[in-house]
This record gives sequence, C-alpha cells and structure tokens, in this order.
Amino acid sequence: MFRYLVRRMLWAIVLFLVIMFVTFVIFFMAPSDPARAVCGGDQARPECLVRATEKLGLDKPIYDQYGRFIGRLMPVSKPISRDGGLHFVTPHFKTPSLGTSFATSQDINQRILQAAPVTASLVFGGAVLWMLVALSIGIFSALKPRSLLDRGAMIFVLIGVSAHPVWIGLILSYSFGVRWDITPIANYAPFFGAPADSGLPGGPWQWFYHMILPWCTFALLFSALYVRMIRANVMETLNEDFVRTARAKGAPERRVLIQHVLRNALLPTVTMLGMDIGVALGGAIFTEQIFQLPGLGRTAIGAIGNQDLALVQGVVVFSTIAILVFNLIVDLLYAWIDPRIRLT
Amino acid sequence: MALLEVKDLRTSFHTDDGVVKAVDGVSFSIEKGETLGIVGESGCGKSVTCLTIMGLNPKRNTTSSGQVLWKGKELLGAKPRELREIRGDEMSMIFQDPMTSLNPVHSIGKQLVEAVQLHRDVTKKVARARALELLKAVGIPRAENRFDDYPHQFSGGMRQRVMIAMALVNDPDLLIADEPTTALDVTTQAQILNLMKRLQQEFGSAILMITHDLGVIAETADDVVVMYAAKVVEQAKVDDLFSRPQHPYTWGLMGSLPRLEADVERLTQIPGQPPSLLRPPSGCRFHPRCPYVMDVCKTKEPLLAPTHHDPDHRQACHLDEETKEREAAKLLAATMAEAG
Repeated sequence: MFRYLVRRMLWAIVLFLVIMFVTFVIFFMAPSDPARAVCGGDQARPECLVRATEKLGLDKPIYDQYGRFIGRLMPVSKPISRDGGLHFVTPHFKTPSLGTSFATSQDINQRILQAAPVTASLVFGGAVLWMLVALSIGIFSALKPRSLLDRGAMIFVLIGVSAHPVWIGLILSYSFGVRWDITPIANYAPFFGAPADSGLPGGPWQWFYHMILPWCTFALLFSALYVRMIRANVMETLNEDFVRTARAKGAPERRVLIQHVLRNALLPTVTMLGMDIGVALGGAIFTEQIFQLPGLGRTAIGAIGNQDLALVQGVVVFSTIAILVFNLIVDLLYAWIDPRIRLT
Repeated sequence: MALLEVKDLRTSFHTDDGVVKAVDGVSFSIEKGETLGIVGESGCGKSVTCLTIMGLNPKRNTTSSGQVLWKGKELLGAKPRELREIRGDEMSMIFQDPMTSLNPVHSIGKQLVEAVQLHRDVTKKVARARALELLKAVGIPRAENRFDDYPHQFSGGMRQRVMIAMALVNDPDLLIADEPTTALDVTTQAQILNLMKRLQQEFGSAILMITHDLGVIAETADDVVVMYAAKVVEQAKVDDLFSRPQHPYTWGLMGSLPRLEADVERLTQIPGQPPSLLRPPSGCRFHPRCPYVMDVCKTKEPLLAPTHHDPDHRQACHLDEETKEREAAKLLAATMAEAG
C-alpha cells in the first residue's frame, strides 16, 4: 500500500513534468510576443521591450526557459555553492511560484488562489447536485424499467445530453433571474464573506444564493450522463447471481438494493466522478462565462485573449495537479470499496 | 403431509417473441429428510421449477399457476413478506456457479452473519459464532482466520462450501441445490456431494437436487423426476428408475453416462437439440429425437401414467409395455456387461 502510494506519486510527478513541458512548447510555438504584452501592447517602447525580453528570459533557448519555470515551481531552491566546489548545502525551502502575469504584473499564485475557490464551489456543489439527481433517478428507473418514470428519465437524459450549457444557463437566468426574479443572474459571493469595504455580498447564504443557477446549469449535463450510467449499472447488477443469493437468503428488497446491488453498481461511478471533478476543476468555462463567475475558466479565457502566457500556464499547472490528485483519490477509494483490487 | 408438494406447476415467461412455457404441468412431492432429484438437459425447466418454488422468478412478464404447498401452505401468490420469512430459514437454496453467487464486496463472514440475522433476532456475536460453526462443518480449513476473507480469495470448491454453509446456517427443512457441482472440477464435485450427504444426515434436511448428471442422481437421490422440454417424462424411486427405466429419453440419458469400465469409442448421445419452448413440437415433445418414434407420437401427447409394475413409477410414452421392458432390460444388460 505504501509502496503503491510512493510509486503513484513518482508517476504523478513524471506526468506533471511531461504535461508542463508539452504546454510550454505549445506556447513557445504560438505566434505571440510576451515582451510586447508586458509592455502594454502596440504602444510598447523599445527600451521596455528589451528590458522585458531580458527579464523574462525570452532570448534564452527553450530548455533554459523551461528549467527556470520548473525551478520557480519547486518548493526548494537550487543549492548554490559559493566556491564552485561540491559541498553539502542545506536546501532552502520556498513557496512554489507561478511567476507574474505578463499583462498585469500580478502575482499568478494570487490570481489562482482567488479563482480556484470560485471554480471549486461551482464544481463540488454541482457534483453534489448532479449525484443527488443521478442517484435517485438512475436507481428508480433501473428498478422500474419501461415505467412512466423511466421513460420520463430517458427524455430528461436526452435533453440533458443535447442541450448546450450556454443555452441552459441563459434560459435559467432569464426565467428564474429576470422573469420571476427569484435568483441573481450573475456574479459570485465568497463563502467566507466579501472584503468589508467592497460593499459586495458575501457569506454562506449569499454564496449559496448566487450559486444556485450555476450549479443547475453545470450539473444538468453531468446528471444526464450519470443517470444513464447508474441506471445501466444498477440494471446489470440486479441480474447478478449474488443478488439472487441475497433474495434466496430472505433479504427484503430494500436491503438487497442497498447492501448488495448499490455497492457493486456504483463502482464505475466512483471512477467517473473522480475524473470528472478533476477535469472540471480546471475551469467550467461555459458556466463561469454565463454567470460571470471569476473562476479558473474565465481567468484562462481572459489570459488567452491578453496573450498572457504566464497566467495560462498557471491555470494549466493548477488543473493538471487537480486531475492528478483526483485520479489518485479515485484509485485509493476504489481499492477501499472493492476488495478485489489490491494496491501493490 | 409431505414437506413440499408441487401440483401441476406451470410457469411461463412472456417475451417479445411469444410465450415461453418453461414449466408445463410439473407435479412431485418431497417428504421430510428425503432427497428428490430432478434431472434433465439444460433449458428443460428444472431451474425455473425451483426458482418458482422459492418465489425468485422475476415478477415482470412471468405467470405461474398450479400449487406449491409448503407444509400444507400455499406459496404461489403468497405475500412477499411471508415468502421472505420462509426463504433462507425453512427453505434455502444453493446455486450452480459459486464464482458469481457470493457478493464480491462483502467478506464471507459478513454474508453468513447476514443470513443468520435476517431470520434470528440474535446479536452479531451469536450470529458470528453460528456462522463459524457452519464454516467448520462444511470443512473450510482455518475457518476463524478466513472468516473475514472475501470470496475472490477462495477457490470454486471452497466458495461452494461457503454457499452450503450459508444455506444451512438456519437449519432449513429443505435445501434446494441447483446444479451444485456443475461448475466444479470432478474431484471437487465428489467432495461437495459427500459433504451434502453428510450434512443431510447431520441436519436432517430434505434436498431437492437439480442436475443434468444422472451420476449425481444415483449418488444422492431417493426419488427421481426426469424432465424434458418443461414436462415430466418419467418419475420413480431411484432404484426403480435405474433398474427399469421406461422412457426413451431416460434411456438416452443413461446411454450418455461415461463409464470407466466400458471400452467404448465414444459416448452414445441423444441426437438433435432440445426443442425451443417457444414453439414446442406437437404430440410427444421428444418425438423429433426419439429413435422409437411412431405416428401417434407426432400428434397425441402421452400422459404421465403409472406403470403396471409399480404405481409410483410413472412415465409418459406411447410405446407398449413389452417394448419398454425389453429395451430397459437390454440397456441394463449392456450396462452390466460393461461393468463386467
């Protein structure tokens, strides 16, 4: 188990470096001029361009730039030996840094830390919502296939899968926000309260209130997909021999369902849920855009528009880590739920 | 009063292609402590018969009629709650495939404890002790240590032992065994059969043994029901069936038993396939495969009737007594000769 964890961690690091390198190369290839972006675009003064190029190391070869980038990300700094000889030098711990934004010179760590809670609120809240919907509908329609409820659920799935989140979001904000005036139509309210002098809404209730529509929009597609999957898995598991054994033991249907069917049927859902959350943490672009949520997706889009490669890279780093971490969580969870899987 | 009496049991499944009569007028009874064997090819309705008795058929698109009298009480159409109380307690069942019949995500101990606690209002500790007792009785080595192991950590034979332990944990009056040895290798088969026989004496349960293997029947059963295409074709005491088989299908089954002593090139087989129950053949359902087929067989269905030598030996065949006796004697002689 411990060995497994260590091996997985090492793999995650290798994977991380590879992904970073690939994104780095892509941005390097892209026709852009970071120095100009830093100096304020078209009106950039030549002196500024020279200084920026030097400061960002844009004149250096790509591997060198990559090395600096990774160096900044490491939690320890490179030990420097003063006389050039090989001595044991105590590593110097530091906070990993994603650098500064090309466009605004803001600290990117700061930007990510601001945007991540917004996306996390959207994704985790949405996941809770879609799992509630998908579990209840999926299980009920599996228990009563071809019933009215099942047919209704399948129509819901069809709509959920085909309707674009932008359309859903707009319809929801028009009807609930504008027409009936029940919910806000945009913006984010921080869970732990907005800064006192900002005059903006904040606190748990406002947070919840502002997130209702984004959650619904974000969760619809996923709940549709999950309803289908859960329904299929539950139906398949209901036909398993061990379910018949449980009935032959005299177990009531409720117990058969909870103790014997669901635990087996929901195994694949665990995998999918972990991966989907990991991926979505990189930014739920459509939903964030419609509801003006300052999350990672919007941050990334804005950064791309500004040719702010450093910021884009920052978002990529964050979402890569999110995906890797959630994959690991899924694997551990899976082994915990399913005794047949041994982590060795 | 018989422990279990099945009268004119009929079960049909309504499929998109039509109605499948999987069990079509089956009657038999089991006395306390005795073993009844039901033998027949795959798809002849043996398993559906026991699932119907247990009330485990899928509810959708299934209809059953006739009578299933458990200690005189009608089970067909009984309330789910009443059936549940009998299932796993007075009447329990083991299945063909031990590899898939245990829940992979629960330890075997937990599954046994569940079986106890579903029917007995006892603490976990008491249930655990009882479960352990049964695991020892079925011969699981180091049962205490293996109590919390999961099904995938056991071999097929060991899993079937666990299934048997689970079925017997509440000391049932009837154990329904649906091809309990089919999925196991031959040496394990013998062990499991011996185990079941020993436990039957210990626990005094009656057994309903479903199998396609006449060898298993010869080894375990007191009475035999031979089924073909959803119907009973012959029914007798086991000795009588083996000494005076009356139905060509039974002869076929006996001819296809492998014998170590016999020096035969290959096993005799019954030609053709069992018929589709969606559109069974007219007249006698065995007639397309029967070497003794007569014109009457194609149009008129033979009824299950007592034979002249023993009213308890019943068979459904149009052949005259004389031919049947002659063929049975021939078959017996051949078997004897082979056994030498």
